[in-house]
Amino acid sequence: MVATTTVRDSRVPGAPSPTTHDRLVVYRTTIGQAMKPPRFQYRDPDTLADAVALKARHGSDALILAGGQSLMPMLNMRLAAPSVVIDINGVTDLQQITRNGDVVEIGAGVRQSALETDPLIREALPLLARAVPHIGHIENRHRGTVGGSLAHADASAELPCTAVVSDAVVVLQGQNGRREVPASSFFDGFMTNACADDELVVAVRYPVTPAGAGTAFVEVARRNGDFALAAAGVIAEVDGDGRFTRLAVGVAGVASVPLRATDVEQELLGRPVDPATIEAAAKRVEAAVTTGDDIHATSAYRKHLAATVVSRAVLAAATDARNGGNR
Amino acid sequence: MTTTEHQAAAVDTETRTITLRVNGRDVSRTVETRTTLADFLRDDLDLVSVHLGCEHGVCGCCTILLDGESVRSCLMLAVQARGHEIETVESLSADQNALHPIQEAFAEEQGLQCGFCTPAMVLRCKEIIEDGKARTDDEVRHEISGILCRCTGYQNIVNAVQNASRKLGGKEAGA
Repeated sequence: MVATTTVRDSRVPGAPSPTTHDRLVVYRTTIGQAMKPPRFQYRDPDTLADAVALKARHGSDALILAGGQSLMPMLNMRLAAPSVVIDINGVTDLQQITRNGDVVEIGAGVRQSALETDPLIREALPLLARAVPHIGHIENRHRGTVGGSLAHADASAELPCTAVVSDAVVVLQGQNGRREVPASSFFDGFMTNACADDELVVAVRYPVTPAGAGTAFVEVARRNGDFALAAAGVIAEVDGDGRFTRLAVGVAGVASVPLRATDVEQELLGRPVDPATIEAAAKRVEAAVTTGDDIHATSAYRKHLAATVVSRAVLAAATDARNGGNR
Repeated sequence: MTTTEHQAAAVDTETRTITLRVNGRDVSRTVETRTTLADFLRDDLDLVSVHLGCEHGVCGCCTILLDGESVRSCLMLAVQARGHEIETVESLSADQNALHPIQEAFAEEQGLQCGFCTPAMVLRCKEIIEDGKARTDDEVRHEISGILCRCTGYQNIVNAVQNASRKLGGKEAGA
């Protein structure tokens, strides 16, 4: 039929015949409009100044769309219904990784997958290179951004954990300028952060990992790419006698925010790298576990996992340090 | 934030005209800005190989290649794809009667049963072969873990990826 041919000509190669398509449209209309984003005004500023101005104008009515790996599910499920969505993917100023002396600044719009392969990150921030492959699946990391993960502030997420372990600083920008918030106070409650309604996360600054320091990231999840039941990130330095001279231990998935296991750090500082000593010290993290029983794990099991991942990560980081760390 | 329908309905329908390259052809369409890329590909371009399982980024069946990288098309807005290049599984064989070597490998190894995850698996398979990430069965299992298959138990998919990798002889899979 002529009409059919005309329609097919305007189609993309490989599209099925209109007959098949029409059936599918009828089917979809019949079952309704589940799982679609609500209406919103879409804004896509080219510059950071425009993005900040939009956020200042719309405040809490506007949500920032970066990689979309958390916001898009929330929109599809209508758990979020912002009046305005500000897409910052066009703001190229946010997509840089720069080193200034002993600090690496990662723009909020840098894709998570970029951290896996970036030579500067592997050399200067080896903990990030180790942690990032645990974030979701590669299909998520191709889109997901550094700033998005930090702003989403999921306590089981990997990047917030690395920020807390590394004493990173989150850079926020509003109409009145920039301010810097230490990661330890940026995450201030269950999936909430210190970013005001008229601000957005523009970057995160990580101190460069000292030469010779060892790093490790250990995570337990039910399935590959799933949310962590518990995860630990560690930066360790060890002296010539095999004793811990510096130790930073972070834990994810066991409380409302990513934690530093300060009890474990203090217990092990100055002591020899010894599996039994580390295992015993790691049990101190159990007291910090506040996540109750849920569908994924009992609180008791999470305590056990927290101690297990901390013990494994501390030993792995110490071993890495003895082997020369990242250089 | 509340999520009531009347609040959402207070915002007028907003559309935008976008131009992008899909399966080697430039297309231009006017879309509602809230339309997901997956719905755009299925409803506006009739590329129904893009399968919608969960629509919140868990099942991976809507995986497409965006500028050559696998992404979940249910977690992007169509407007975000403007100016970008998209490949769906329909791009693999220009002649719909001929199979691409990767598709042949899936048929030979019975790397599918119901077929729902297959377009996503085939595209991901193309990407990992091109990236040289199909060296061992364990590596393949890890690399395809973002796409759920409820039929095969994955072993035949792993076999299909290895078969396809041999067919393509380490060359780029796009030929």
